[in-house]
Amino acid sequence: MPKGFFTDTSICIGCKACEVACKQWNQLPEDGFFFSGMSYDNTMQLDASTWRHVSFIERPVALSGQDAGAFSWLMSSDVCKHCQRAGCLENCPTGAIIRTEFDTVYVQPDICNGCGYCVVGCPFGVINRREEDGRAWKCTLCYDRLTDGMTPACAKACPTASIQFGELEDLHRDAHARVERLQAAGVKEAYLYGVDKDNQPGTEGLNAFFLLLDQPEVYNLPPDPVVPTKKAAESWRAMFYTALGAAAVAMAAVIATRGERAR
Amino acid sequence: MAENHPVGFQWVMKAKERGAKIIHVDPRFTRTSAVADIHAAIRPGTDIAFLGGLIRFILENGRHFPEYVLNYTNAAMIVNDGFQDTEDLDGLFSGWDKDKAEYNLDAWKLASGGRDLTLQDPKCVFQILKRHYQRYTPEMVYEVCGIPPEKFLLIAETLCANSGRERTSAFCYAVGWTHHLTGAQIIRAASIVQTLLGNIGRPGGGILALRGHASIQGSTDIPTLFNLFPGYLAMPRAKQDTDFEAYCKNEIGETGWWGEGKKYLVSMLKAWYGEKATAENGWAFDYIPRLTGDHSHMTSVVNMIDRTVKGYFVVGENPTVGSPHGAMQREGLRNLEWLVVRDLAMIETAEFWKVSPEHARGEVRTADIATEVFFFPAAAHTEKEGSFTNTQRLLQWRHKAIEPPGDARSELHFFFHLGKRLRELYAGSTDPKDRALLDLTWDYPTEGRYEDPSAEAVLKEINGFTIADGRAVKGFTDLKEDGSTACGCWIYSGVYAHSENQAARRKPASQQDWVAAEWGWAWPTNRRILYNRASADPEGKPWSERKKVVWWDEDKLKWTGFDVPDFIETLPPSHRPAPGAKGKETISGIDPFIMQPDGKAWLFSPKGMLEGPLPVHYEALESVVRNALYGQQCNPVRIDYDRAQNPMHRPYDDQRFPYLLTTYRLTEHHTAGGMSRWLSWLSELQPEMFCEVSVDLAAEKGLRNGDWATIVTARAAIEARVLVTERIVPLRIGKRTFQQIGLPYHWGSSGLVRGDSANELSALAADPNVSIMNSKAHTANIEPGRVAWRLRPKPNGNRLPGVGLRDLPSVGQNRPEGKHHVITSRDKQGDQT
Repeated sequence: MPKGFFTDTSICIGCKACEVACKQWNQLPEDGFFFSGMSYDNTMQLDASTWRHVSFIERPVALSGQDAGAFSWLMSSDVCKHCQRAGCLENCPTGAIIRTEFDTVYVQPDICNGCGYCVVGCPFGVINRREEDGRAWKCTLCYDRLTDGMTPACAKACPTASIQFGELEDLHRDAHARVERLQAAGVKEAYLYGVDKDNQPGTEGLNAFFLLLDQPEVYNLPPDPVVPTKKAAESWRAMFYTALGAAAVAMAAVIATRGERAR
Repeated sequence: MAENHPVGFQWVMKAKERGAKIIHVDPRFTRTSAVADIHAAIRPGTDIAFLGGLIRFILENGRHFPEYVLNYTNAAMIVNDGFQDTEDLDGLFSGWDKDKAEYNLDAWKLASGGRDLTLQDPKCVFQILKRHYQRYTPEMVYEVCGIPPEKFLLIAETLCANSGRERTSAFCYAVGWTHHLTGAQIIRAASIVQTLLGNIGRPGGGILALRGHASIQGSTDIPTLFNLFPGYLAMPRAKQDTDFEAYCKNEIGETGWWGEGKKYLVSMLKAWYGEKATAENGWAFDYIPRLTGDHSHMTSVVNMIDRTVKGYFVVGENPTVGSPHGAMQREGLRNLEWLVVRDLAMIETAEFWKVSPEHARGEVRTADIATEVFFFPAAAHTEKEGSFTNTQRLLQWRHKAIEPPGDARSELHFFFHLGKRLRELYAGSTDPKDRALLDLTWDYPTEGRYEDPSAEAVLKEINGFTIADGRAVKGFTDLKEDGSTACGCWIYSGVYAHSENQAARRKPASQQDWVAAEWGWAWPTNRRILYNRASADPEGKPWSERKKVVWWDEDKLKWTGFDVPDFIETLPPSHRPAPGAKGKETISGIDPFIMQPDGKAWLFSPKGMLEGPLPVHYEALESVVRNALYGQQCNPVRIDYDRAQNPMHRPYDDQRFPYLLTTYRLTEHHTAGGMSRWLSWLSELQPEMFCEVSVDLAAEKGLRNGDWATIVTARAAIEARVLVTERIVPLRIGKRTFQQIGLPYHWGSSGLVRGDSANELSALAADPNVSIMNSKAHTANIEPGRVAWRLRPKPNGNRLPGVGLRDLPSVGQNRPEGKHHVITSRDKQGDQT
């Protein structure tokens, strides 16, 4: 059964328990002790050794229903999206990146040769290579926990259930209901990001989708991500016509010059 | 709350999902504000003005719960004729002794027996309360706290609309309320609001103290405080409590439930001294040391400096980072003969002899410090068994998951074996003073290769047992004053009822009702809502169907309900005590607050508080403005430490220190950092000491995001990275606007991530009731750049190591090239914490 995450940013309190739980379970190294000066975000982005990342967005805009002046502070826990059309997987030449029995996208570290094609294949900039060993790493959706029937570490640690894990079908139902409830309560800005193919054709839907309260760009998410390989047919077609055109020009040139030489 | 208690905050988010409104009043905009319905930025230290404003709003608009107030509070009581209010004496109550600088504590007594049930007598508590707060208007709240009237009225209206028969509201607070010279009175003010609104003793109501660490509630119940015995019995005092009888007369009340106190004291002494405690020797009461003075933390530090305190145990604390005035803390440690530190890591307090700001400045040399330091590695909470007591008085047992590494041991192990070794040292002594140690029952069964004492055996002793057969008692009503029972802490009696560890119960919520009485165990007697008699009306019927918890059952003639009734089970609502009754016989059927001598909630506190019967707005020790309400600027009975090392700013308007400064915690770190700054996964999340300033202050002082700033008070100068944010706003106070500086206080000179400690800046001063520090309302100055002494070349011509290296190439919006801290695989293994 397809599994995934529904990350409801409207109830995220930015505690970063997901980041820490992920690092502890997966024994990931820290990412450097660096004061960013960007709100309370010091890990900055998803990276080879940061598989959950909480963004902190200070906006000079009030949130619907909140009486706190012309200001709001949005928090959102980002993660690998486990796309239906996964750019990393489709770019991987070694077969290291596979789709699992849970419909998640998994990098097999013993097969990855560190070529880095997957890095450019991800429209979200999620997957990355670790400097120390050269291989590509990202969220496994706790494959090892799932095989034992356990909840992924981040969802287990989340105190407010902002990160929900489950069968994709159930998550879809809950997410739509949640948006309706928020809309009814006056939070008109609530919407789902990447919930399915219709919502996000470029990835054909995300197994880890989000409820957001502002434009995707505000959360450092692309508004219209497209997996590069999705354009492969188009690219080949274009290349065919380009080649054809080039050949035609070349032929014409040859014919023309022949004519001229003959004259 | 989301910031410091994210796990508990899940229930607030659940309540919000079900329609609850969340109001957040805090100087800064935090993670709690981010999800609150209303956020109001308040000037630190002005909470009594704000709460006083709420009290006035409730009384002026008749928004109180009339039946509740009339029957369950002391609103109708008449105060003695000589009483004068702060309104009459410009900020002082009657009874002020100018020469002693303290109050005559008899000045606020109630006139004996006087009551006015119409609440109209000008000398009744209700009218005195009304008059006391009449000037705490929304406009005054604006002038003092900086909260605009529209916002204040929105909060007041929302709170009142959500209180009454059908609805209840809860207050949650933490050290942002307690760490003031008026901390105890701030909580009193909140109690008055909640009592007027009828929000005490009812589901969804109350005032919840969000404690600073796990089981701080437990360490108050079975206290680490110098002036309390277990179960809130007073420590005996030297001059007056000369023997057992004198103690019982002076310290155990004669009315209300405390009339039972003698049973608890005898049982406690029987638990400690077993057969050596007899009726003849006053139950070995004379083995107990008597208080000769103030032995609170800050006073002890001063005594350490003066070398009258020679040895010191520091267990699970890091006072050189977490307590006020770091320089004085370290001076005290330097003057000790010996120091014992038990912690998970080599914290600053254990390393004061080699790493400190004084060392870095060349003022102190390790060779000159004579203190002998003993460091004991401590077991973490997963490595030992025992109980945590949370803010709801709920005891939850935790089992040991793994053995502690290396020499790390639990506190239980440490103190048990320390006691054993001391007793071996003194064995055979004939000196009578050593009997106190040698006669102790110190015989807990041990287990495992390190002879860990059994935590359950300790729990059983705390619960109490009958001496004849050693069987656990069912609760404190089984305790006797004839020496036939032993009990370590009477309020915890029942936690081991039926010889079962009740705190270890974990029946899921789905398998029981909403009270969930079979999850853990709450003191007293597994009661989940204290004073829940108040959830029913004077006749014993629930105030409303929606909020019912306990009620009087007319057929069975006893109190019953979802929760364990907090009342004498068979005492009917109609009962009135006979004249001349004593002890618990004085409790009437409409006295829900049975731990109070008169059974009522005290709006007016005739005794117990040192600065007066009603909370008064005083400015902080160091403020930016004069007290707008009274001539009296500051708490008149505060504890000052008037010493050369502890210089103060002017009380207000000190041009050298024009900014407001407050300190706080972040989610990512734990208090003074002992549990977080040694863990890479937490350290990377907040890697450096920083200060938070508004956009305006940054522009005014030329502070750049990511650069350094120096923050100065009369005590110290510290440096921090600058975080410019709209979450910190300037506050309009009176006709002027004041800028705030926000400082997290987690960092120190040791650990994976280091930085200056915010508490270097604070002064030594304390609330007189509970000796708590003032760490929230300060004044300070801020300048761009690093602390001057760090930039100065040292005497030998070398710059200090590290200076310059940590500076970023640019403002720091982007991560610089390369890794700042590369982990090799060996490091990584050491990091599996």
